[in-house]
Amino acid sequence: MMWESWSQFWDMGGYGLYVWGSMGVTAACMAIEVWQARSAHHQHLAQLREEHEGHL
Amino acid sequence: MNMFRASFWLHYAGPQAFYGLAGRVWPWCAALAAVLGVWGLWLGFMVAPADAQQGEGYRIIFVHVPASWMSMVIYMAMAFWSVLGLTFNTRLSGMMTRALAPTGAMFAFLSLWTGALWGKPMWGTWWVWDARLTSELILFFLYLGYIALTSAIDDQRRGDRAGALIAIVGAINVPIIYFSVKWWNTLHQGASVSLTKSPTMAQVMLWGMLLMAMCFWLYTIALVLYRVRTTILQRESHTAWVQAIVQEIA
Repeated sequence: MMWESWSQFWDMGGYGLYVWGSMGVTAACMAIEVWQARSAHHQHLAQLREEHEGHL
Repeated sequence: MNMFRASFWLHYAGPQAFYGLAGRVWPWCAALAAVLGVWGLWLGFMVAPADAQQGEGYRIIFVHVPASWMSMVIYMAMAFWSVLGLTFNTRLSGMMTRALAPTGAMFAFLSLWTGALWGKPMWGTWWVWDARLTSELILFFLYLGYIALTSAIDDQRRGDRAGALIAIVGAINVPIIYFSVKWWNTLHQGASVSLTKSPTMAQVMLWGMLLMAMCFWLYTIALVLYRVRTTILQRESHTAWVQAIVQEIA
């Protein structure tokens, strides 16, 4: 392993803010996007189900 | 089924068949994306050594380059579906284009964001108006314009056609982004990977980046297939097959 400690890993040779700022925002964007797609799908299914029950 | 026959493609261009196909394909793409992402990050952060000039800061490229590639690839995919949609008037095309746009916008934003975080320590500035950065910013605005326009038009099929025009006309910008570093004297460096020259990067760095690029590809395919299924249900809610699905889960 090339990192000697966790603090060295997080520091990224002084570039920590820039490297983790990039990785963190990328991960957050992807997580939000996945969550949005999931909730839109479930919300829509629930709506269709409601309409369906309304017809019965 | 023979995929070299037109009937094969027409079959899957129908919303019902595509709904089923997408439902079977997306989980595999998502799983593969996760594996490639872990592998790529492992190479990028645990195996690849520091760069001789940029120290540890260069590791930003493991997301910056794949995100930038995807922002261009997704726009070209939108233009492709738009041409199909305007030519053959297929219903699926507009839905695919709409499903691609949010992810494309996200990757364009991430390209600009990670680029700024790279530029500050390396160039001493978050932003310059050079050809590469400016054309990528225009791409981001094209995505936002597409999303705003298509969601503002109530008639979905009309919205699809109007959006298709933005997608096709805006596609001119994509080769401009790609070749900007050759055509103009930009602060942004030239291509890191090219088909005609051997790469200028160390092997392990290159592999980390390519794995992350494949991860983003599969992430995009999985998410777009997932999203298009929601849209198909929405638009086909009057049909018997959607009613049958709803009945099943009710």
